[in-house]
Amino acid sequence: MTELAATDPLPKPKRDIAPILLPIALALIMIPLVGSPSTWLTLTAASLAMGMMIFIMASGLTLVFGLMDVLNFGHGAFIAVGAYIATLVFAPFAASVQADTLWVNLAVLAPAALLSMAVSGALGLVVERVLILPVYGQHLKQILMTTGGLIVAEQTLYALWGPQIIPMPLPASLRGSFILGDVAIAKYRVLAMLIGLAVFIAIQLVLNRTKLGLLIRAGVENREMVEALGYRIRRLFLGVFMTGSALAGLGGVMWALYREQVHASMSDELTVLIFVVVIIGGLGSIGGCFIGAILVAMVANYGGFLVPKLALVSNILLMVAVLMWRPRGLYAVTSR
Amino acid sequence: MMILSGDPPRSRVLTLVLVVIILALAATPFLFPGAKALNVAAKICVFAALVASYDLLLGYTGSVSFAHTMFYGIGSYAIAIALYGMGPNWAAVATGIVVGLPLAALLALAIGLFSLRVAAIFFAMITLAVASAFQVLASQLSWLTGGEDGRSFQLPELLRPGTVLISKNLFGFEINGRILTFYLVFAISTLMILALLRVVNSPFGRVLQAIRENRFRAEALGFRTVFHLTYANCLAALVAAGAGILNALWLRYAGPDTSLSFSIMLDILLMVVIGGMGTIYGAIIGATIFILAQNYLQSLMGVASKAASEAGLPLLPGLLHPDRWLLWLGLLFIASVYFFPTGVVGRLRHGGGNKSAGASH
Repeated sequence: MTELAATDPLPKPKRDIAPILLPIALALIMIPLVGSPSTWLTLTAASLAMGMMIFIMASGLTLVFGLMDVLNFGHGAFIAVGAYIATLVFAPFAASVQADTLWVNLAVLAPAALLSMAVSGALGLVVERVLILPVYGQHLKQILMTTGGLIVAEQTLYALWGPQIIPMPLPASLRGSFILGDVAIAKYRVLAMLIGLAVFIAIQLVLNRTKLGLLIRAGVENREMVEALGYRIRRLFLGVFMTGSALAGLGGVMWALYREQVHASMSDELTVLIFVVVIIGGLGSIGGCFIGAILVAMVANYGGFLVPKLALVSNILLMVAVLMWRPRGLYAVTSR
Repeated sequence: MMILSGDPPRSRVLTLVLVVIILALAATPFLFPGAKALNVAAKICVFAALVASYDLLLGYTGSVSFAHTMFYGIGSYAIAIALYGMGPNWAAVATGIVVGLPLAALLALAIGLFSLRVAAIFFAMITLAVASAFQVLASQLSWLTGGEDGRSFQLPELLRPGTVLISKNLFGFEINGRILTFYLVFAISTLMILALLRVVNSPFGRVLQAIRENRFRAEALGFRTVFHLTYANCLAALVAAGAGILNALWLRYAGPDTSLSFSIMLDILLMVVIGGMGTIYGAIIGATIFILAQNYLQSLMGVASKAASEAGLPLLPGLLHPDRWLLWLGLLFIASVYFFPTGVVGRLRHGGGNKSAGASH
């Protein structure tokens, strides 16, 4: 141990960059395998866009676990609810959605996304109070309760909207691609990437630059200590839970636009995906979640291009590989 | 006593209910004529065994697995593919069993070793991911599994409905291959449940309960918890695959909807929780209540939905539609986790007061 003078800055924890290099290395390895550089660029852009959407959906789940040790198996329900709420806004303004002007489109898209987030967040409040509050600290019951919640939410969506698939057309100005040379990148993917990056940066800023973030990070590290210092961690947790739910709703809207359809079963399909992401990333870690989402999307896109049959189990293979390397995920945050 | 492994129901009402259920199941071909009643009875037998094996995991080790239908599906598909490919003979049945059971056990071993190596909290999530991948795989490899359509097959001569073993006697009963199959299902399910009862009441079962209550302490006492948990996983997978085999034999069909879908996993969870976790007997009660409700209450919901729509009520027709039956089950599930964590069996045994019904002696 070296002596530190009072004025010296605190020693920085060692930066663990191996996980960050992982997706970059994966992308580089794929250049010769994919063959044509333009296809590679398109695939990479697609992976990044898909990864950002998954990250938006998964970020809430990982924080909720990290902060309060709560495993929410019903997280997928918020995604589906968000998507359905957006269809409510889209339906009466179909004309504006189809208008080929960017700002007219955005004038529908932005309120739709905000409303979805508000409804998902409010639903998060109800779920936290009704389903999770009674079973704090009991993993088994949390899993059972939230699984029950997922069934109820999904079935309610079926009852309200019917079992059919609802089409969700992409606004006209977001259709098509940007063409750079012989590389085509879909416009919507660029938007998805931008939103995802914005969410990531916003979360990082809040977590690392504000007092609220300091408390959340402290809570993840040691809940009792934060409580002992006089902060109401339950309320903090409720806020994080609602934010996570709202983000899941936003992710649902984006995913619905990406697939251009909405169906209640999307919550099942995505639940598995976001679980793989948070496991790979390490439960509780936002950075790990970000990298995990990109990795999952890359494996899905490259894998789907190179070996279509393999894409079905690619997530599992990726998860096995990562956990063999780091049994607690890329970044293990909690000691739990 | 011996046959119950020294773990009787320990409640007069519970004993009575169990005896009534078992007698009714055994006498179904004679008491309740008609194909539907027999189907329901066979399904109750299969699910009682399946749910009991899940109870070994959920109730006795306290780990939530979402991969249980996968093992059930492996059993179903193994027998279906064997009988489909090799024709309706006993060699095919044997092949299905010889391939299906070890395959299920090996996969359980792999999942167990892998997910127990990583943080324990991942177990539920990993099993969910693996099960969903398996489901996709089964529906995509259509050359093997028949895809979404599944595989229909014929049973060996002896088990076919057309085979009359004892022709109509004085009482008007006919024993045919179908009834023989039913008793095969009934007998093997019973044997599997009794075997599980033996397992949970063995020293091994006590260690599982110790792990459930406090894994750290169990480990400190010198038990290799990873070994015990993996072993329990394999046993549960074997019984689940066995139940899958019975299910396929009864339905003469294996497909994603009847043996692999996520909704079956939810059904199993519901049955365990309603019946009572950590009791094994709960599986019989849970399966009986659930499957009776599924088969007979659903038609009631249809009637109610119709009445509601004729009365012009908003929303209600949609909510009461028979297809929305899972909605009500989900609510029931949440309510029972919350209000009756020990399920029917726990209630009958202790009046609901005791936290861990299975562990109290």
